[in-house]
Amino acid sequence: MFYLIAALTLAGALAAMTLKHLVHAALAVTVAFGGLALFFLSLDAQFAGFAQILVYIGAVAILVVFAILLTRGSELPKDGVFSRTWFVGLPIAAGIFAVLGWAVIASSKALPSETATPAVNVHDIGVALVGRYVLPLEILALLLTAATIGAVIVALHEKERAK
Amino acid sequence: MIDQSTSLLPQAASSAAGILWLIPAVPIVTSGVIALLKQPRRKLSATLAIGSLSFSLLLALFAFARVVSNWSGGAATRETVNFTWFHFGNAAVDLGWILDPLSAIMAVMVCFVGLLIFIYSTGYMAHDENFTRFFCFLSLFAGAMLGVVIANSILLLFMGWELVGLTSYLLIGFWYQKPSAAAAAKKAFITTRVGDVFFLLGIVWLFAQTGTLLFYNYGAGSMEALALNGLLAQHAAWGLTAAGAIGLLIFAGAAGKSGQLPLHVWLPDAMEGPTPVSALIHAATMVAAGVYLIARVYPLMSAGMPLTASGEAAGTTTALIVVTWIGAATAVFAALIAIAQNDIKRILAYSTISQLGYMMAGLGLGGVAVGMFHLITHAFFKALLFLGAGSVIHGCHEEQDIRRMGGLKSQMRATFLTYAVGMLALCGFPLVFSGFWSKDAILEAAHKSDFIKGPYYLLVFGAVLTAFYMTRQVSYVFFGQWRGHGHAHESPRVMTVPLVILALFAVLLGVIGTPAWPWFRAFLEGHAATGGMHLLFEADFAKLLATSTVIVFLGLGLGWLLYGNKSPKAEEPDALEKAAPPLWAALRDRLYVDELYGVTVIAFYYWWARVADWLDRRVWGGIVAAVAWVFKMFAQLDRLLDTHWVDGVFDKVCEEFSTGGGIVSRVENGRAQTYLRILAFGVILLAAILIWSVK
Amino acid sequence: MGTPLTGYLVVAALLFSIGLAGALVRRNAIMVLIGIELMLNAANLNFIAFWRYSPHPEALTGMMFAIFSIAVAAAEAAVGLGLVISIHRHTGTTDLDKMNRMKG
Repeated sequence: MFYLIAALTLAGALAAMTLKHLVHAALAVTVAFGGLALFFLSLDAQFAGFAQILVYIGAVAILVVFAILLTRGSELPKDGVFSRTWFVGLPIAAGIFAVLGWAVIASSKALPSETATPAVNVHDIGVALVGRYVLPLEILALLLTAATIGAVIVALHEKERAK
Repeated sequence: MIDQSTSLLPQAASSAAGILWLIPAVPIVTSGVIALLKQPRRKLSATLAIGSLSFSLLLALFAFARVVSNWSGGAATRETVNFTWFHFGNAAVDLGWILDPLSAIMAVMVCFVGLLIFIYSTGYMAHDENFTRFFCFLSLFAGAMLGVVIANSILLLFMGWELVGLTSYLLIGFWYQKPSAAAAAKKAFITTRVGDVFFLLGIVWLFAQTGTLLFYNYGAGSMEALALNGLLAQHAAWGLTAAGAIGLLIFAGAAGKSGQLPLHVWLPDAMEGPTPVSALIHAATMVAAGVYLIARVYPLMSAGMPLTASGEAAGTTTALIVVTWIGAATAVFAALIAIAQNDIKRILAYSTISQLGYMMAGLGLGGVAVGMFHLITHAFFKALLFLGAGSVIHGCHEEQDIRRMGGLKSQMRATFLTYAVGMLALCGFPLVFSGFWSKDAILEAAHKSDFIKGPYYLLVFGAVLTAFYMTRQVSYVFFGQWRGHGHAHESPRVMTVPLVILALFAVLLGVIGTPAWPWFRAFLEGHAATGGMHLLFEADFAKLLATSTVIVFLGLGLGWLLYGNKSPKAEEPDALEKAAPPLWAALRDRLYVDELYGVTVIAFYYWWARVADWLDRRVWGGIVAAVAWVFKMFAQLDRLLDTHWVDGVFDKVCEEFSTGGGIVSRVENGRAQTYLRILAFGVILLAAILIWSVK
Repeated sequence: MGTPLTGYLVVAALLFSIGLAGALVRRNAIMVLIGIELMLNAANLNFIAFWRYSPHPEALTGMMFAIFSIAVAAAEAAVGLGLVISIHRHTGTTDLDKMNRMKG
């Protein structure tokens, strides 16, 4: 089960990064998001999983597609999709993976193995949000507001200049 | 310190010795004063010069009187005043002056003859524009000569000696615009210098050996017994003692100044100077300085001479032998050349050389008195002859060639008469003239000498020649026809009066030297004058008288025969020339001595100068140039290093920096992805470090 | 493979690397943003995985973190994409290789 979801997610991610057609890439990343949601569900984090589906697949992916369409990304660029100096970036990413992998494997002995299934319900999450995590909640609200306003202003400015 | 050889002299006597230094000092100071005057102040300069010399003459007479009174009183006749100039190490340099018969007589003679010549010069140089300079130099010369004469320290004598040489140079080259005069002055100075080098060596050796510069100093002087014995004990090279060697060295100096044989070449050329100069310096005084020097160091020259019981000379020393032979040779040599000369002054110059030879021979053969007597008489009649020649030259409008004169005996009476007196004195005309007595004394000494035989014959031959050439000269100048241009006239009184005075002395001085009353000899030698008229009639004397008469008349007769009243024109050959042309040519060309010098010494010096020049330019100059070249090469090398290495390195470094900066700035390419990559890379590193450290 | 957690961690690491590779290599700015989203997601996975196997899951720390992360990521994506669109209006391109006005 785990391997299936893993394969799905990774395939989606890989496809997203390598596909030439941007819209296809956006759809592939949506698949990856879906795979991750499944991961969350399999890890007994139902709320996170559903939130993931809602936000990422429902909002972010759509947003990306909108952006692609608005920037005429549907046409295939003539210079190719990869940067001229892709051979520099790739090893770096590989290096990151190497380091992380090494860290994980090296410490695999120290990691906890089997624990009880946590019983989490939405009520608990709600209580935690306004209880213990109320500050981050408020700040997040602020952040979202700012983001919204900012996005609007950026778009507005463009509109005025375009006139 | 005043040295009195015996005690018991009245204190007043010391005053004469005490003021002796004024005798040379006053003319020298006067010379300095005249040097400051401007040229037009003729009367003043002449007055100063004549006045100062008169003052010196008075002092000299005063001193002379003092010595005479000492001598006649039977007291010691030598007084010295010595002082130390400075010390160095253990030795002291002393100066001092001496008042004894020798210096007194010389002082009086120099002052008196000098004074007459000074007076004469005011007339002779009246038309010359450098009148003042002339008297400045004359005064300086007089002072220097008097310094030589009174010196008790051989160093002081040498200083005066050199000063005399300097003034001689200045006066010979007085008309320096004439190249011949300038060359003659140089020749005189250099030739006497050669002699002076030996003289100086002698002085140094004497000082080193005896430890004193003074001649007489309470028995510690270099001419006194202690020192002389020390010198005799020392042996120098070639069988000579130190005394003999030093004596010869000093004689070399005297030979230069007095024109003895190898170093005589300057005297005839010195006739380029004005005639009063020739009269004063080259007849009466400077050339006599050499003879005086030998007389002064006679104790040294005669040191070791064996004496008989009565104190007469029983033998002679090497030094004196050399002196005698050179003197005799010079006498004949110069007389021969004098025969063939045509310049009135040159004849007299060679005559002077010849007579100096006589004086030297007299010193060597007969001692101080014999030589000095001839010096004194010669001073007077030679000065007379030169001044007379000057008068003739002046009267013939600066003509000096005797072939262009003639018949002057009627035109220039006074000059002729006085000149005749001088000429006869020089020839040694019997009995009347002083020259006879002095020359006779020399011949007598030569004849009597058992030790040196040859010089007698040479001196006799020389006497014949003397009479011969003087007759030739007189007949050319005063007899026969006038061959000159213009009209001859007599000279002014200021010139003829000194001539008369000198003529008187030329006659009268003979009186003090006759065997009947040998005052001069006695005075000089410090004993009473024993004599008497009877001595005149002794057999020895009669023989001598006869010989001399024969000699003189032989010469006079030959001369008159050949030249007499005839007046050959300048272009015609001389009578003797007609007879023996090659001989004449050799004599006229002065027996090629100058040419010999020119070929040997002077050629050598030119060669040496060329070598030195080559050395200087090629070798030393080459070395300098090489060093400079090396430095230049270093400089070039430095420059290259600097340009290529230092600058290059520097430039390169800056270039690298620039390039490096360019390369590094590529990081800031403004592309977000690049920055991101770098970030990620940094993260890798940090993570790796973290993980590794935790491990 | 050690514990099950290791697997999740490895997957998360791989996902992260892929996301990073895309962010570093793709030309288009939007693709870079997608890559960044992927990276954030990988981190979320890490958090959840650790929460699940932590000794005190009732503290809900991991879960909270992931939820907040999701929210922030969404906001950030919105703003970012708005910027990309804005840039596209200015320069007519979204090619990152061509954007070097920050140069120097």
